[in-house]
Amino acid sequence: MPSVGAHISLNGVTKIFEGHRNHPAIHALGPISLEVERGEFFSVVGPSGCGKSTLLDVLSGLGKASAGTIEIDGTPVTGSVPDGVGAVFQQDASFLWLNVWDNVAFGLRRLGMDGAEIERRVGNALAFMGLSGFAKAFPAQLSGGMRQRVCIARTLVLEPRVLLLDEPFGALDQQTRLLMGDELLRLWRETRATVILITHALDEAAMLSDRVGVMSARPGCFIDILTTSWPRTRDSRIVAEAHFGSITSRLWSKLREESLRAISNS
Amino acid sequence: MIPPSEMLVALWQIIESGKFKQDILFSTYNIVAASILAIVLGFLFGAALHAWPRARRVVSPLLAAYYAVPTFVFYPLLIVAFGTGRTALIVMGTIFGVVAMMVNTMLGLDRVPLAVSKTGAIMRLGPMRRLFLVRLPAAAPHLVTGIKLAVAYGVIGIIAGEFILATAGVGKRVSFAYDNFDNKTMYGMLLLLLIGVMFINGLLTIWEKRLHRRFGQR
Amino acid sequence: MKSSKLDQVLLVVAISAAWQLLYLAAGPNVISSPADSLTRAAELLRTRSFWDNAANTGAAFGMASVLSIAGGTLVGLWLGLRQFAGDVADPILGALYSLPKITLYPIILLIFGLGISAKVAFGAIHGFFPIAIFTMNAARNVSPVYFRTARIMRLSPVATVATVLAPAALPEIFAGIRIGLALTLLGTLIGELFASTSGLGFALIRATDIHAVPDITAITFLIFVFAASVNALLHAIELQVSHNA
Repeated sequence: MPSVGAHISLNGVTKIFEGHRNHPAIHALGPISLEVERGEFFSVVGPSGCGKSTLLDVLSGLGKASAGTIEIDGTPVTGSVPDGVGAVFQQDASFLWLNVWDNVAFGLRRLGMDGAEIERRVGNALAFMGLSGFAKAFPAQLSGGMRQRVCIARTLVLEPRVLLLDEPFGALDQQTRLLMGDELLRLWRETRATVILITHALDEAAMLSDRVGVMSARPGCFIDILTTSWPRTRDSRIVAEAHFGSITSRLWSKLREESLRAISNS
Repeated sequence: MIPPSEMLVALWQIIESGKFKQDILFSTYNIVAASILAIVLGFLFGAALHAWPRARRVVSPLLAAYYAVPTFVFYPLLIVAFGTGRTALIVMGTIFGVVAMMVNTMLGLDRVPLAVSKTGAIMRLGPMRRLFLVRLPAAAPHLVTGIKLAVAYGVIGIIAGEFILATAGVGKRVSFAYDNFDNKTMYGMLLLLLIGVMFINGLLTIWEKRLHRRFGQR
Repeated sequence: MKSSKLDQVLLVVAISAAWQLLYLAAGPNVISSPADSLTRAAELLRTRSFWDNAANTGAAFGMASVLSIAGGTLVGLWLGLRQFAGDVADPILGALYSLPKITLYPIILLIFGLGISAKVAFGAIHGFFPIAIFTMNAARNVSPVYFRTARIMRLSPVATVATVLAPAALPEIFAGIRIGLALTLLGTLIGELFASTSGLGFALIRATDIHAVPDITAITFLIFVFAASVNALLHAIELQVSHNA
């Protein structure tokens, strides 16, 4: 599945939600400035309400930044979704009215792709995500973890340059999460896409990423960016290494104060 | 009251002789027309209100109270406007059922998970394609409930209208038979009506249940 | 979705405007303008005959309400408290609820004749089913832990129902009563529309026969105002009950 990750560039990005009659304006995010390298795996951790999801909204074009610029491979993102962006969310977004095959084929069909090519891509994606035996099943018949795999497969077939993940494993149990983390790394290596992962789980961020950005309480800004220096071939077994412990402890030391601040703000 | 066996005989005679075929077709046409109008208009208005929250807020007390008031009292006004033909009946059936479809459309669109509509947006589908390819199917269980209600209200509005004042139709035949003490015809037609209603309702309920199962609900 | 006072005013204005436009488009032979209707309504409210009819409808509605509430809540509670009976009854009640009761009208007429008892019967059969269904579900939804608590406190069955079950289930029962009464009114009025010699529904039909458009519009308007007021009152009570429960 050849695709090349995009370079993402954020400059002074801010998001302010307009106030009206009953509530004041909310300065939710920023200013954020960040350069994400091609094919990098970048995670964002931060306390609740710091604006992590808002960051993804603005980055993907689902929402519009109030100030600052965002560029994906040099092309500005201005409130509409650019080509080559894929997203997986925490809540189940599988289309309940379609079976697994049709779910995964959905995006390709909308693009008017040739039938044989669709067959090939969907078949590969299902095999890659371990869903081949479930092609005819409906999402409601599957477990939460399987449904997330369907959502990931659906994004995969479109060969995105940028993969945005908003706490995709938040609703799953710990063991499933670790295994899904391995799958995600496998996916990342295959597609060579640039991945931005939002998570509240420090161990997840520490294990999966090349770099981890720690966000402050609202309005979210980066107070630290750690480089993990993991090899590209990593998997979940690195949690046993001492380096992993030092990364997570450093993340928590930065995050703890922000989390306390977030709680007292709410 | 006549025994059920005689009712069945009367029903059989009616079907066999085909002497009320015109009335049956009249009522069926009216019910189908009113149902389709209620469903289509209800969906369009519901989707429009869903997209325009300010208007929805203003109108919501009206919608909430709609089935609390005897909407059927509009029928005399409709007769005055359109005469006693099929137009008044179809309009009655439509306005009776349209709000049920509107409310269920709005409810269904409300319940579309945010992640699902965001997925449609991420795939760069325009607003119309998002509505018809993603949000409408995601709202399907509620929409089918709305359809079921729109049809049920259509039947009530039209048959009741035919009972009260009409030129033709199953309701008119029942009313006529009652006035002329023709109990056999009356019960035969009532039984026909009952069976017809149960059949339609049964089909729609099967559809509803199947959809709920596919969505993993209940 | 709560509407503000401004929204409510806007709604009234919008409805009046639509009504006026309809009048302008269709003419006074089809519908009366809001102004004319209100005038005629005020006149009617001063006549003896209107109040006779209103009292008639009111009496039928009142009796039908009592029957549907009493019958609905008792049957609903009984079915709700007995798991098996409730499971069996659930689909049956549902099917009967969605059955157009108009199919039963001629039979009711045959049994009761053309008097007030027929109207009461129409109203009652309309209101009975939603009240029974809501009450049954309310009873079934009462958390089992409440019953265990009542048994630990050694309450008698009657005391359990009266002091634990009823308050817990009350909001949902009340929602059912609100819907049930609206349908009871509908049933009573439909009954009057085609088989009565008195009442507001009958007055409507008589006005239709002689094509007295201002009367038709005025009476329709008054019926709506009455129904909306009853609904608003019940809604307010329901909110009270929900907050206290």
